[in-house]
Amino acid sequence: MTLKSWIIAAGMAALAATAQAEQGKVKVGMITTLSGGGAGLGIDVRDGFLLAAKMAENDALEVIVEDDQQRPDIAVQLSDKMIQSDDVDVLTGIIFSNLAMAVIPAATAQGKFYLSPNAGPSALAGRGCHPNYFNVAWQNDNLHEAAGSYANSAGLTNSFILAPNYPAGQDALNGYKRFYEGELAGEIFTQLGQTDYAAEIAQIRASGADSVFFFLPGGMGISFLKQYADSGLDLPVVGPAFSFDQGILQAVGDAALGVKNTSQWNKDLDNPANTAFVEAFEAEYGRLPSLYASQGYDTANLLLSAMAKADISDTEAFRAALREADFASVRGDFTFDSNNHPIQDIYVREVIREGDVFTNRIIGVALEGRSSEYVADCPM
Amino acid sequence: MLLLIEQVLNGLQYGVMLFLMAAGLTLVFGVMGLINLAHGSLYMVGAFAAAAVAGATGSFLLALAAALAAAAAAGAIVELTVIRRLYDRDHLDQVLATFALILIFSEGTRYFFGSFPLYLDIPAYLSGPVTLPGGILYPTYRLALIGVGLLVSLGLYLLIARTRLGVRIRAGAQDREMIAALGVDISKLYTLVFALGAALAGLAGALVGAIQSVQVGMGEPVLIVAFVVIVIGGIGSVKGAFVGALMVGLTDRLGGLFLPAIFRLFMDGSAAQATGSALASMLIYILMAGVLIWRPQGLYGARA
Repeated sequence: MTLKSWIIAAGMAALAATAQAEQGKVKVGMITTLSGGGAGLGIDVRDGFLLAAKMAENDALEVIVEDDQQRPDIAVQLSDKMIQSDDVDVLTGIIFSNLAMAVIPAATAQGKFYLSPNAGPSALAGRGCHPNYFNVAWQNDNLHEAAGSYANSAGLTNSFILAPNYPAGQDALNGYKRFYEGELAGEIFTQLGQTDYAAEIAQIRASGADSVFFFLPGGMGISFLKQYADSGLDLPVVGPAFSFDQGILQAVGDAALGVKNTSQWNKDLDNPANTAFVEAFEAEYGRLPSLYASQGYDTANLLLSAMAKADISDTEAFRAALREADFASVRGDFTFDSNNHPIQDIYVREVIREGDVFTNRIIGVALEGRSSEYVADCPM
Repeated sequence: MLLLIEQVLNGLQYGVMLFLMAAGLTLVFGVMGLINLAHGSLYMVGAFAAAAVAGATGSFLLALAAALAAAAAAGAIVELTVIRRLYDRDHLDQVLATFALILIFSEGTRYFFGSFPLYLDIPAYLSGPVTLPGGILYPTYRLALIGVGLLVSLGLYLLIARTRLGVRIRAGAQDREMIAALGVDISKLYTLVFALGAALAGLAGALVGAIQSVQVGMGEPVLIVAFVVIVIGGIGSVKGAFVGALMVGLTDRLGGLFLPAIFRLFMDGSAAQATGSALASMLIYILMAGVLIWRPQGLYGARA
């Protein structure tokens, strides 16, 4: 062997070695909300996801994170950039359903996987479902359906309901009305990102309602609850966990004590995966995890479980591995229905105070083994 | 009926806060002929200064003073370093430069305070509701906002109508070259007017920040509505800005109440609600278009 051919052979071998290393790699593009009123949600999803990735110590997983500023146009730009120039295999991270609707159909049509750690718009759970789109959190309606079911058992018969006017807000009110059997004292769509609720509170006061159901995630929920507490209205409020998550409770304080809300997860759920998660999250970030953090954590673990079974270059096998959902979810039992949305229990929680920290505890089950309403419309 | 009165109060409260924003905007445009897109950033500066001082000292009044001082200082610095170079340029250059200021302010604030919203608490003596004549429960703080807004408006009116500075401001709005020729130090006047407008915006930011949330980018939505207000009132007219602000405030709050109710007469509940609230959010722009058709120069505008 001449020196020249030896060098060429060594070069080829080195190339083959890098190709081998590339083979098992999965590159994840995370587009999430890290600024503005919804920042708390995105930061929790990101931290939960990265925590799981760190605990797995799997070098094959590479994550790039970008801030969508809660704007659909920015989210679309980011997904184009991630797909075309960063060459990611999997997209994830979107919090708000209007952004999800702008990004997910285009990304799955280009053959990428999308694992949703939060948004689950009804349009993508029924006729718009896609084999490459998996929702690891819930279909949007789910927690609101549970809230409607809880309202019946609590004897509420005249609810005033409000939610922002965007896909998840419409899903929220539909979900509540699907299970709630009482009358509606009023129904309002607010603007997404609205911070002044004086007009809505005046209407609640005038409506003669016996309770208020509201879906206002992030900063919207904080503004509403503070203004509601200051208005002198004392009707009981119910809502999904989004209106009473860990971030909101700290800002609102005493005003939310005792409020009932519905969630697929809580930090006191008794299973080994959850105990480990809550402990690791507090140690890593110095705060309590929210349900958003649990969803980010589960999303990463689902992805890791599929990576252990199949190579991402084999799309069919990887998809089948994802569908098996062979990971220990922090919420306990977890399986995918035929539309790639979860089947899971949804609990009722109560806001309590532990020392000087406000948090939730589980007081019962609202819906058992709930799938999504739209599963029959999905052709898969 | 009670609902109507409560909504009128809400509209007034929204209106006077808009006026604090719009007054500075219209003064700056009237006196200096400058379009200042960064006015919303000064609103944000006021809110953040108030949140920081309230967090450190626990005093709401100190927080308000800090908001006034910080916004006025930020306004004066911006005028001296950037805005001063823009008076002779056309409006496109002004818009581009002040848009750049928005980005600088937003990212600067994000750098120092982070992306998470801050929360400014209402002082204990203003929290909770009061019972108004007729048995209406209304939050004390919002009532105080109406009072403060009206007092500041009165103060501004007296300043412009009764003081020497006011005479100069009015003269500047009428004819800039002439008052410069008459020996008024026009550059000092400009800095003063700009700082005054900034302080009003900062005050509005701090007052509103206490019931909402203090976050990066909070000024821009308000800025857009403030532009609607000054266009309706007539660009450069403080009286116009006051009338325009109250019109916009009341239209927005009452529209949100009545439009869905009107649609409910011939549509079913959810659809009426969705259509009504969508249309209600357009209502102030429809109002602006209507005023512009009737009076292209705005209600009290001098120039067409």
